Amino acid sequence: MVAAPWIILFAPALACAAIVLFARNSKPLSATLAIGGLAVSFSFAVYALLQSLHPLAETIESSVSWVNLPGLALEFGLLLDHPSILMSLVVTGVGLMIFIYSVGYMGEERGLPRYFAFLSLFAFSMLGIVLANNFVTLFIFWELVGASSYLLIGFWYERPKAADAGKKAFLVNRIADFGFLIGILMLWNLSGLEGQSRTLNFAELAERLQALVAHGTLSPQLLTAVGLLVFCGVLGKSAQFPLHVWLPDAMEGPTPVSALIHAATMVAAGVYLIARTFFLFWQTPEAMAWVAAIGGFTALFAASLALVEDDIKRVLAYSTLSQLGYMVMALGLGGYVAGIYHLTTHAFFKALLFLGAGSVIHALHTNNIWEMGGLLKKMPVTSITFLIATLALCGIFPLSGFWSKDEILAVAFFRNPLLWVVGTATAGLTAFYMGRVFCVAFLGSARAHSAGHAHESPPVMSVPLMLLTVPTMVAGFIGIPHYLHHGQEAGVHVPFNAIVAGISTLVAMAGLSLAYAVYGRGYQPGIQVQRVLALAAVPLSRKFWVDEVYGWINRNIQQRFADLLSLFERYIIIGLYVNGVAKITGFTGSVLRLAQTGKVQGYAATLLAGLSLLLYLSLR
Amino acid sequence: MTAFQMVHPLLFYTLSGLMVVGALGVIFARVPIYAVLSLVITLFGMSALFVALGAYFVAAIQVLVYAGAVLVLFLFVVMLLDMAPEALFRARSRIMMVAGIAFGGIFLWQLVHVTVVIGGRPGLFTKQPVAGTTAAVGKLLFTTYALPFEAASMLLLVGIIGAIVLAKKKL
Amino acid sequence: MTAPITLSHLLALSGLLFSIGLVGVMTRRNILLILLSLEILLSSANLAFVAFSRSLGDLSGQIMVFFVMVVAAAEVTVGLAIALLISRKAGNLNADELRNLKW
Repeated sequence: MVAAPWIILFAPALACAAIVLFARNSKPLSATLAIGGLAVSFSFAVYALLQSLHPLAETIESSVSWVNLPGLALEFGLLLDHPSILMSLVVTGVGLMIFIYSVGYMGEERGLPRYFAFLSLFAFSMLGIVLANNFVTLFIFWELVGASSYLLIGFWYERPKAADAGKKAFLVNRIADFGFLIGILMLWNLSGLEGQSRTLNFAELAERLQALVAHGTLSPQLLTAVGLLVFCGVLGKSAQFPLHVWLPDAMEGPTPVSALIHAATMVAAGVYLIARTFFLFWQTPEAMAWVAAIGGFTALFAASLALVEDDIKRVLAYSTLSQLGYMVMALGLGGYVAGIYHLTTHAFFKALLFLGAGSVIHALHTNNIWEMGGLLKKMPVTSITFLIATLALCGIFPLSGFWSKDEILAVAFFRNPLLWVVGTATAGLTAFYMGRVFCVAFLGSARAHSAGHAHESPPVMSVPLMLLTVPTMVAGFIGIPHYLHHGQEAGVHVPFNAIVAGISTLVAMAGLSLAYAVYGRGYQPGIQVQRVLALAAVPLSRKFWVDEVYGWINRNIQQRFADLLSLFERYIIIGLYVNGVAKITGFTGSVLRLAQTGKVQGYAATLLAGLSLLLYLSLR
Repeated sequence: MTAFQMVHPLLFYTLSGLMVVGALGVIFARVPIYAVLSLVITLFGMSALFVALGAYFVAAIQVLVYAGAVLVLFLFVVMLLDMAPEALFRARSRIMMVAGIAFGGIFLWQLVHVTVVIGGRPGLFTKQPVAGTTAAVGKLLFTTYALPFEAASMLLLVGIIGAIVLAKKKL
Repeated sequence: MTAPITLSHLLALSGLLFSIGLVGVMTRRNILLILLSLEILLSSANLAFVAFSRSLGDLSGQIMVFFVMVVAAAEVTVGLAIALLISRKAGNLNADELRNLKW
């Protein structure tokens, strides 16, 4: 079934085109088109999954020639293997829930058709990344994801903050993608080192790199550089430190968009890219070490930021950062299966968390957790599903997060104990801040007037919540690691380890209990402790001044440099080249126009003089 | 058409004398009407020469279009404008006069040089003559030269429109 | 006077007429008469065409004459219309006084 990947990919694109062309003014039609397009994709992804379960199933790779010049042959190609099938299932499945939920959440919006068109475009771009079989195709969709995220984060473009957040996301991603592009170009060059025609196809690149390393043609330093450049792209899309700054700001977009960005698309793209190019990273331990270190650092760093955040969406944003750090760390440690596994389970429960938060925000019209409270009785469905997702995120048995997180920690335990400590500490922090959010927002009594009059969201929103609960609970039991393991030689696979799992569960339980004690029961630590905590909270609430540092760099270095360039532009480019050419032309004209006497016969005489000269020369 | 007779020298010299005189009349006449009328002499003489050379169709067109239509148009305009004799502004700059005559002389010399070199070669008039009858020219015009013919008709149309647009006081 | 007429005779006549026309174009100042002199130039070219057509036994030369006439007719029509316009605007047809082509 060669057509399957094409149908999966292009159904949302067609939906987007159809909305733009025919449904610009019709809310129901646009929603139907978007949901229908994604449903088609989803059903074909399910079909592909069922096909791939057959023991004799082969991976489907299908490409069309795009540019065919001597020395430059590019393809537009799609690949359906186990990771891409799993990811397209996640993207379309979770995306479908979010699309349906959007009908309720965004129903009042005037720009709903535009919203659904963007959503479809987003899903299309993400599916492109997932299904691409070569770097060129992947990069095209990579940029498309950047563009459509810009459109969606800035969906409420009348709000300056939303518009700025969209710009910030786009620009930060551009910086990262620049490095990624250089990495791709270097790979393109490397692929021809042994005289073959160059290629960017993943499978061919994998073979060639292996050969290059085996023959010793390629210096390890160069390979490490390439790996780090490709990782640059991951830094941007998956918002790893130090390019994480766009993700919290991206919360300005509509909540379903946040869910989509955080769970199914965009940030998953970065992690998925490492998995896709795992053949590259596997060859270069130095780059892998960097990847793991940055992932681990981001995990701890972001989790600490989430401790003091009062905006429910931002807490979730930092938690996404932290979990992405987990995945990146896992991949960096060689835990290919662990990383993708966590990406999958995380997609389910993080989408659920965001949609739950959206449900609360929709009912209360506030993002601040201190204006919520007591929602457990008012909004039972939302609260229960949110609780389940919270527990899954904390890694409580037997929810999906437990299995995937412990897979990562087990890999870390055997490969790098320091990172295992970091990961376990992060698990404790995660449990604490999630417990804090849940206790403050859902337990106790209403802290604001609106919280007292909240009502459960309509079924169009609560049903997707309930549906997402299912994979959140059972994703640990359906053999995803086994499925991913199929046909993947590289990477480290560690069996389930009861000690690691026990320790992390204990830590998580401790975090949850502490949160419940402080925020649920009102336990107050001693004055001394409070003073220390207040001191520690300052850098946290300022987000470790990262934005300030970037601002300083912008103002004092980049701006100075820009001023210098502007001087160059003003005096050299404009003054010398542009105006200089114009002045020379003007001067020549002012000289030449002396010949324009205006006398017709004078012109005739000139013409004749030329003609006589020609005749004379030809007759001489 | 049967074999073409050579242009009789007497006929040639008579006609060419007429034509040269007519042409000189054009450039030296004081009154514009006379200039136009003396051009008619030149064109008629050329038409006769065309007949002698076997270009019957072109000769007829020469009389009809040139001597007939074009020069009548000139006459109309000359009379319409009712100009004073050229004598009134005859005294033009001497440089232009000298330059004009000098260029004329140079060209005459050069052209005669060319024609003597080329035309003096023997055997050039020995080819089987062809008769430029209306049928022969028309056939060629509508087969080989069909596209230029259409382009020419386009040009005439443009000319008509241009003339009307320019000359009409109010459209 | 009895020597046979050759191609060079005809071309010489053509050249003579051309030169006369040239002098006319250069020295007359009345725009109408300049146009008239241009007609001499075109006719002399026509003569050369017909002479070559006769000499080479090829009718194409005469076709060219036909096209030259078409062009001449169009040129005269537009030229005279312009002359009419000029005389209406400027009151005379003196080419020396028409300086508007100058910068």
